[in-house]
Amino acid sequence: MKHVLETKEVAGSPNWLTTRFEELVRWALRVTRVDKAVNWSRANSLWPMPFGTACCAIEFMATAASRFDFARFGMERQAFSPRQADVLICAGRLPFKLAPVIRRIYDQMPQPKWVISMGACASSGGIFDNYAMVQGIDTIVPVDVYVPGCPPRPEGLLYGVLLLHKKIKGESLLDPALRQEQPLDERGLRLPPETIDEISEPFGNSVHQFRSA
Amino acid sequence: MNASADALRATFSTAIGRAVESCGDTIVYIASDRVLDVLRWLRDTPGHQYNYLVDVTAVEYRDRERPLEVVYQVRSLERRVDLRVKVELDPQGDLTVDSVVPLWQGANWLEREVYDMFGVTFRGHPDLRRILMWETYAEGYPLRKDFPLRGRFSRAEQVRQALATNPEAHYSLEELSIADAFAELPEDMKERLRRGERGKLPHSE
Repeated sequence: MKHVLETKEVAGSPNWLTTRFEELVRWALRVTRVDKAVNWSRANSLWPMPFGTACCAIEFMATAASRFDFARFGMERQAFSPRQADVLICAGRLPFKLAPVIRRIYDQMPQPKWVISMGACASSGGIFDNYAMVQGIDTIVPVDVYVPGCPPRPEGLLYGVLLLHKKIKGESLLDPALRQEQPLDERGLRLPPETIDEISEPFGNSVHQFRSA
Repeated sequence: MNASADALRATFSTAIGRAVESCGDTIVYIASDRVLDVLRWLRDTPGHQYNYLVDVTAVEYRDRERPLEVVYQVRSLERRVDLRVKVELDPQGDLTVDSVVPLWQGANWLEREVYDMFGVTFRGHPDLRRILMWETYAEGYPLRKDFPLRGRFSRAEQVRQALATNPEAHYSLEELSIADAFAELPEDMKERLRRGERGKLPHSE
């Protein structure tokens, strides 16, 4: 933006302000249009990286198959390599043993990238409030869209994908923070430990679970 | 009642505890130091031939007075008869029994699972490591009754430890390959593997 305003013209001439204003408007329009074009193409050619661990993966496969067919929304090619993927779809519960794996897959994906957390278990741990299960994959990787359900129907996942389209179409090329990698901090965590403890608190039915020690 | 229970008592006398029938299955309790002898006898004696080890598992009851049980479910494929053999161990004491891997190779991973979940040590096991939880798991044995449902560490600490592990450390290619077991394979299978291009085998030219 700076270079637009830096000009050899003599400031103070009668038309100066109007000219600058017009240039600014034209520039803004151009950027918005570029934004629009880029976001449109990004949103409509999302290549999903399926990370299916449980029954949600069955619904995910149904979503990919002919009846629901998410190729209609530009997800023509499923990328089974993270390096060619745009959106990581975690379909199913995530045990702690898989936490470093999904983190590595996420790190291997090139920007721009998004994450859909599909189903109750991926989003919150679901009914598995126990020693082996990650209580929401947002403690491991940043998540863009949560799809509730146990498991969600294909329509649910498609709605989540459309929400992601909406989100992508609202992004701006001018926001450099949007595409920044977020590595783990020096403690080896993505979020502060207090936050992880707080969002992993028992809720709903699991508060009534018997804790034997 | 399965006739093998009486035959066991006639052969091993004091090493055999009570025998009960439950839901049509016969359960024989045996002394913890005679597991290998008793199961070998059951496998090899004509007329019994329990040659198939269905499962090795363990049970700990909520009643703290009751002992922890290691359960061997065996079946005779020829006679189509099942038998359940149990060993009682003191949960507060030394949880050690002999490994039955010398009798059934298939007991290898079953015993690793019991070790992983209950902390029972199998004497003479060739490769006693955790199998379900990762190797650096430090919270204890999850299926023991004194183990809290959500684990011993805070969620943040669990996430930290999980993220700090190296995913390749559990699943090495060596672990998944059959290279180590190559010498024990049948000849025809060796031949097929030699012809096919399935990784590098120790004796292939």
